[in-house]
Amino acid sequence: MLKIIKEFSRRIWGSIFKKRKKLELGFYGPPNAGKTSLANRICKDWTGEEIGSVSGIPHETRNVQVKEEVKIKYKGKELVFKMVDTPGIATRIDYEEFLKFGMKMAKAKKRAKEATQGVIEAIQWLDDMDAVIVVLDATMNPFSQVNITIIGNLVARKIPVLIVANKIDLKKADVKKIEGAFPEYETVGISAKDGLNMDEFYESLFRLSRKA
Amino acid sequence: MMKKAGKIKGLSLQVIPYSEVSELTIAQRVKKILHLVLGNKIVILHGRLRPEEEARLIEDTMAMVDHIKNFKGIELAVIEPDLKSESVFVRWKHGVAKRLVGDNAALTVIGPATLIKEIKRDPKKLELMLS
Repeated sequence: MLKIIKEFSRRIWGSIFKKRKKLELGFYGPPNAGKTSLANRICKDWTGEEIGSVSGIPHETRNVQVKEEVKIKYKGKELVFKMVDTPGIATRIDYEEFLKFGMKMAKAKKRAKEATQGVIEAIQWLDDMDAVIVVLDATMNPFSQVNITIIGNLVARKIPVLIVANKIDLKKADVKKIEGAFPEYETVGISAKDGLNMDEFYESLFRLSRKA
Repeated sequence: MMKKAGKIKGLSLQVIPYSEVSELTIAQRVKKILHLVLGNKIVILHGRLRPEEEARLIEDTMAMVDHIKNFKGIELAVIEPDLKSESVFVRWKHGVAKRLVGDNAALTVIGPATLIKEIKRDPKKLELMLS
């Protein structure tokens, strides 16, 4: 009974103060999908600064990176976000994978150690999110258990989700496949690197914020 | 202290019936699975883990990758029955059962990443072991 009253008052107060609230927006997904590239594009567009570094080597982001206030003005509307870029979630991390990119053994081991801690940190931040953008690589198979686990956890926590199919600039990209894998959620295809389809992305982002 | 994970000597499957884990807490269930995986076993769990259990499994796996030498993580897959071609009644029956006792029509397969990588590299090895 107490839970019902708490939930009711949360909704009432939430709806009264909704417009003034700063939304905590998380970027989640598997490694190398382009979470930081997308967060950088948004931050650069609206604050002039980037949130973190990107590279072709997986697990470049190994700590949660936060941009406290990003004001987005779009078609006469304005929203304020706290943007949270998280390390890629994986079920295995092998330092030998980093050696293939020409990394030295000690550096690869250090990167693997930091990456494991990054995954734990990313999962622990889930509860703080008001809304989440799940960034997937549109050239990869979307039916991975990690993707299903991330989305399942967001649904269980009642956190609104927008799926971004990134890397549409690449020939192999298949946005339809990602839409087909998660038909219950809105999916938007973009290229964070080249800034393709960002207008449609911002439309979707504003729709997502209304659900939060 | 660093522990050393055992070397792959053969393939060992461990089937866990739903009844064996249904009464366990999240922590106990995850601990049981990881204990078997660290012994180089492929775990076949009757039913599927809840999203928060999967998240906890990933968290605990990462903590172990950090502390146990040669342990690189896990591979996780859920095999669910394809109900798309079934009748509305069969799908409804599965839906009711799922709500009452959890999704135990599915199978969850969890194995050590290094072992799965080895099988992917040479699937014939698996065929040989099973024949």
